[in-house]
Amino acid sequence: MNAAVLKQHLIDPEICIRCNTCEETCPVDAVTHDNNNYVVDATICNYCMDCISPCPTGAIDNWRVVNRAYSLQEQFSWEELPAQADVATPEASDAVETLEEDVAAILAEAHKGVGGKAIAPASATKPTINLYNRGKPAIAIVRGNYRITSADAETDTRHIILDFGDQSFPLLEGQSIGIVPPGADGNGKPHVVRLYSIASPRDGEKPNANNVALTVKREPNGICSNYICDLAKGAEVQVTGPFGATFLMPNDPATNIIMICTGTGSAPFRAFTERRRRAMPQAPGRLVLFFGARRPEELPYFGPLQKVPARLLTQHLCYSRVAGTPKHYVQDRIRLEAEMVSNLLREPGTHVYICGLKGMESGVDEAFADVCRSATVDWAALKSEMRAGGRYHVETY
Amino acid sequence: MNVLNVDYTTKIPNNVNLTSDRQVLKALEGWHPGYLDWWNDMGPEGFQESLVYLRTAVSVDPKGWAKFDYVRMPEYRWGVLLAPQEEDRQVNFGEHKGQPAWQEVPGEYRAMLRRLIVIQGDTEPASVEQQRHLGKTAPSLYDMRNLFQVNVEEGRHLWAMVYLLQKYFGRDGREEADDLLRRRSGDADAPRMLGAFNEATPDWLSFFMFTFFTDRDGKMQLESLAQSGFDPLSRTCRFMLTEEAHHMFVGETGVGRTIQRTCEAMKEAGIEDANEIGKVRALGVIDLPTVQKKMNLHFSLSLDLFGSEVSTNAANFYNSGTKGRFQETKIDDDHRLTETTYPVLKLVDGQIKLVDEPALTALNMRLRDDYVADCAKGVERWNKIIEKTGVKFRLELPATTFHRQIGEFRDVNATPKGVLVDDATWAKTRDEYLPSKDDGDFIESLMQPVAEPGKFAGWIAAPKVGIDNKPGDFEYVKIAA
Repeated sequence: MNAAVLKQHLIDPEICIRCNTCEETCPVDAVTHDNNNYVVDATICNYCMDCISPCPTGAIDNWRVVNRAYSLQEQFSWEELPAQADVATPEASDAVETLEEDVAAILAEAHKGVGGKAIAPASATKPTINLYNRGKPAIAIVRGNYRITSADAETDTRHIILDFGDQSFPLLEGQSIGIVPPGADGNGKPHVVRLYSIASPRDGEKPNANNVALTVKREPNGICSNYICDLAKGAEVQVTGPFGATFLMPNDPATNIIMICTGTGSAPFRAFTERRRRAMPQAPGRLVLFFGARRPEELPYFGPLQKVPARLLTQHLCYSRVAGTPKHYVQDRIRLEAEMVSNLLREPGTHVYICGLKGMESGVDEAFADVCRSATVDWAALKSEMRAGGRYHVETY
Repeated sequence: MNVLNVDYTTKIPNNVNLTSDRQVLKALEGWHPGYLDWWNDMGPEGFQESLVYLRTAVSVDPKGWAKFDYVRMPEYRWGVLLAPQEEDRQVNFGEHKGQPAWQEVPGEYRAMLRRLIVIQGDTEPASVEQQRHLGKTAPSLYDMRNLFQVNVEEGRHLWAMVYLLQKYFGRDGREEADDLLRRRSGDADAPRMLGAFNEATPDWLSFFMFTFFTDRDGKMQLESLAQSGFDPLSRTCRFMLTEEAHHMFVGETGVGRTIQRTCEAMKEAGIEDANEIGKVRALGVIDLPTVQKKMNLHFSLSLDLFGSEVSTNAANFYNSGTKGRFQETKIDDDHRLTETTYPVLKLVDGQIKLVDEPALTALNMRLRDDYVADCAKGVERWNKIIEKTGVKFRLELPATTFHRQIGEFRDVNATPKGVLVDDATWAKTRDEYLPSKDDGDFIESLMQPVAEPGKFAGWIAAPKVGIDNKPGDFEYVKIAA
């Protein structure tokens, strides 16, 4: 990741018909033209996206990641858009996960467990990032706030639905949004941004709704989590993002996806599962979930999961605090399912995703190593190969 | 009420608070059944039951102003949508420059404004009528959808003008609104008001040329009316312009894709000379000289829509603050034009000459010049397509003196290069410049419908991007839904 890169807004001169709609629409006068082309001034454009939907041709919706913005003069001279150049950063093959330094730091930390450069799945949709930032956040309206752990459970985990109204907020499963709690800390500094992985698929909590679902656990003294968990229906929330360009779902229906999570780490996998169910119900690839919690009462979405058909999703729910039964963690279940797991890992179309608390990483990694050893597979080599191919993903916190 | 959002509680979607404007709502509801009858009689023939992937304006806010979904055309939500009112907007030109913009019709300009609105309004249903048979020969579902989108939006533009007539012009306005549904394109007894809107649109190349050239005249007129000191007219036209852009997109890319396919076919067959018309036609594509002739025809017909080069009416419209120039507020001058002149192309003693005329009376000429410059840029894009394929041929706009029925040059014959010729020479060479019956028959022979998703007729290339970013094989029209 490199803070010097810019996602530049450009207009495709081959498709543009110079109708002037974008120039007329732009609230900050970033769009201008000469006799040849309509162009966007990178020093003025604030990514408000007002120009995108009125454009009759789609020419307006083009973006290039650059180290140095194309000047107006360069853009005026174009007969076609330049190809996306290899952006010369030390990590050239990296997808740009965000343009915000604070968010970049959070994501870099979350993806550390992948053990190298995080790389997006080959068949993932190209994500949009950074449409909204702290200076210009999207305003979402709370449409729902439901407790999804049972009333007597110790943990209060909530399913929150945020509606974006008319604002364009394109999201992909696996991406995160940023929420900044209002107010300031004891030193008068604004609160820091928190990232939440989305729990709904790209077309919304309900198909074609411009909204998003989050899974948020109330943390003792957690400023942002308490702020979100206390949000009333109808409240306005400032949202930034989208963020993340590697922890994404493969579009190829033939891919097997092994999903391992604890607690609210289940959010992206709820999105993955729902995406498969809606978009490719007959997908030949398998979805396998290893989901750990203390008790069924504290496992987010326990009820809804009971209704997900086995044909769509193989579920391994593991509990560590059920009275009268031994502690059982996700890594224990992976070992029990050694044959199925090693068979899947051997297939070149299998993707692995791990999401949850940092503490689970090493346990899961050892379990994979054990499973592979007994199947005479070198886990270290395989993991590195999978990572390089965009098939191994970790997001832990 | 938030003017950005559209009220759907009345039968007529609107952002002009019709619920509290009972009289106008009643008038519009009274007009509605007649409109639907007109649409069913004169709208797209044979596809009224089909599901068409259309965009509908749901808000005039840029971020959500159009939603795409399958709609049966008679159920399209035609509505009354005005761009948001600008605070403290002024009359920006003419003798009232600097006064607050009018929210009601000034008595002395009532007849003038009514006429401007009726003329604009008359063109909207006319083009729907002209294009009503084209669905049956659509070269693809993509093109068919674009045709229908253009049609429903022309319908909405009629609504926009009818709202102004009924809201601001009382009984006269209501009568004019009814007459807009009574006249018919090409009808011997009750034709549409402007010539180009009584010409047939016999084939898809004509349709593309029409949307490129004639709808572009619409864009120029709307832009000039968007400058009007009569604020409701200005706001109406500003919103219409956003929709009009799609029509020009259909025209420019339609002709572009036709040319693209022709050039590709020539290259594949190893034909170097674009003038080998027979050989090119044998490939099942439209030869470039015929494209040029179609262009000559539609360009010249559209020029006639600008009226006489020197016009007192135009001067009065401007001076009174009712109709401005193209992008008036971006022009750096006194915005009164009482002292300046403008060069006008005229016929002087049998010679074509530029003559300085008072700028006020030369406003039609000026708008036409802006139009010609705008057209020329589009034609250059077409030439780039030809150039890229390696075919040696250039399309060129004919002279503005060529084939004119209105204005200075209506009584003379000029070639596309602008050379005056006598009647006998013109009669002999006419078919070199304008589409002949043979040309028309050939094009008609290519107009075979293609209704399989993702497939295109052999004479036209596929578009570079889909509508609403849809994939290539998207079913834009479910014909038998």
